[in-house]
Amino acid sequence: MAGSSDVIVVGGGLVGSAVAYGLAREGATVTILDEGDVAFRASRGNFGLVWVQGKGDGMPDYASWTRRSKDLYQGFADGMLEHNGRDIELKQEGGLELCLGEDAYRENEDEIRRMHNQPGVGENDRRMIDADEVRKIMPLVGPEVTGASFSPHDGHVNPLYLLHSLHAAARQLGVRYVSGAKTLSIARDGDGFRAETEAGEFRAGKLVIAAGIANKWLAPMVGLDIPVNPNRGHILITERMQPVMPMLLVNARQTADGTINFGNSHEDAGYDTSINPAKLGEIARNVVRYFPILKNVRVVRTWSALRVMAPDGFPIYRESETAPGAFSISCHSGVTLAAAHALDLAPTILNGGFNDRFAAFSPERFNVSPAA
Amino acid sequence: MFRRLPDPRARAVHFTFDGEALTANSGDSVAAALLGAGIEHSRTTPKSGTARAPYCMMGVCFECLIEIDGVANRQGCLVEVRDGMAVRRQQGAPGLPEDLADEGGQ
Repeated sequence: MAGSSDVIVVGGGLVGSAVAYGLAREGATVTILDEGDVAFRASRGNFGLVWVQGKGDGMPDYASWTRRSKDLYQGFADGMLEHNGRDIELKQEGGLELCLGEDAYRENEDEIRRMHNQPGVGENDRRMIDADEVRKIMPLVGPEVTGASFSPHDGHVNPLYLLHSLHAAARQLGVRYVSGAKTLSIARDGDGFRAETEAGEFRAGKLVIAAGIANKWLAPMVGLDIPVNPNRGHILITERMQPVMPMLLVNARQTADGTINFGNSHEDAGYDTSINPAKLGEIARNVVRYFPILKNVRVVRTWSALRVMAPDGFPIYRESETAPGAFSISCHSGVTLAAAHALDLAPTILNGGFNDRFAAFSPERFNVSPAA
Repeated sequence: MFRRLPDPRARAVHFTFDGEALTANSGDSVAAALLGAGIEHSRTTPKSGTARAPYCMMGVCFECLIEIDGVANRQGCLVEVRDGMAVRRQQGAPGLPEDLADEGGQ
C-alpha cells in the first residue's frame, strides 16, 4: 500500500487542489491523486474569470454560491500567500457584458429581471447601462454596441498562477501530491476507501472525486451518477499592449502582462481538444464587433480546452448515500468557485451535513421525468 | 560583438534605427542587421523595463520584438531588412497605433 491519509482527492486541477488545500487548512492529511499532464486539464485552458453576473439564472442557490465565492476571494488569495502561495493577480473591479443590437440589450435586461425575482440570492446590483455610459468606461467599443450589463462583483485572476498557488499552498500544509496516478478503481475498504491507480494503491477515510469529466466514470464506483459532458471552448491571446481595456468583459480581458485574451465559445466536439480554425475565425470576427481596435492586433497563441458541463450548466455536489464518506464534486467554474470550494465546501466535507448543505446541487435533479 | 564573414554577393542596404542611418547586407534579417551594426539592445521588456536583444534568431523566443515602419511587436529575426526601413527600439509594451485608436474611438 503506497500510503494512507484522512482524505484522498482524485484530481489535481483547480477543483481538486482547492478542495485539498481547504481540507489541509482544517488540519486533515490529504493525498491528491492526479492523472498528470496527459489529463484534459480544463484548469490549464480556462479563461480566468471570477464571474458573478448571469450565473444562476434558473438556480438561485448557484447565484448565491457564486456570490459567496466572489466575496471570499480576496481573503482566499491572501490566505494562500500566508502558506507559500503566490500572487494570483486577482482584480475585482467589475465587469461588462456588452450588447450588440437592441435584442441583445433586451435579453440581458430580461435576465436581470428574472434573477431579481429569484428568492434568496441576496443583493443583486447588476444593472444595464446605455451606450453612452459604456463609452465613458470603454471609449474604444464598436459602433454596434447598444449598451451593457454591468456588475461591480466581476473580476479575474491569472488562472495558471491560481493553480500553481493552490499546489504550493497545499504542499506547504502537508498535502501529498502524486502525479502519474490515474485512478483506475475505487472501492470501500473497511471504514474508508481504497483507490487503485497507475502509481499504486492508496487508502483514506474519506475520498473526494474532483476529476473533471472523469467523474462520469469514477463516481459510479461509489454509487453516484454524475452526468457531465465535455464542452469545448477556444481562447486567443494577443501580443502585449499598453492597457487599452479599462474594464473586464465576459469575452475579453487584458492581463497584467498586457496581452488581451478573448474567447467564450461553446462547441460539442466530444473529447477532441484540437484547434478548429473556423471557430477561431468566428470568435475573432465577433470580438472585433465589440472592440474594433483588435482588428489589426496580432494573435500570438491559441488553444482549446474542454469545460466540464452538467446538463443544466450548474455544479453537481454529492456525498454518496450507499458509500458515505465518498464525495463527487463537478463544476465548470473551477476558477470562480475556488474560494468557496476551499473555504466552505472542504470544511463541510469534514464536518458533515454535506447533502443537506448542498441539496440544490444534488444530481438527483436530473432524475425528475419531464412529465412529472 | 559580431564580425561579418565576407559575402561577395551581398550588397549594402540602408535603413535607420531610431533615426540613425545604418548599413546592413542584403538578405539580413532586421535582427541580424542590428546585431551587425553593434546595437546592443533593441527593446525593453513590458514587465521589468530591462534591456533585451535578439536571441534565438529563428522566430521562437520573441526577444527581438521591435517597431518596423510604425508597426510594433514585429519579430525582427523574421523580417528581411530593406532599403529605407525605419526601425525603432521598442520601449515596454506598445500602445495602439494612432490611426487604430482613432478608428475605435468614433
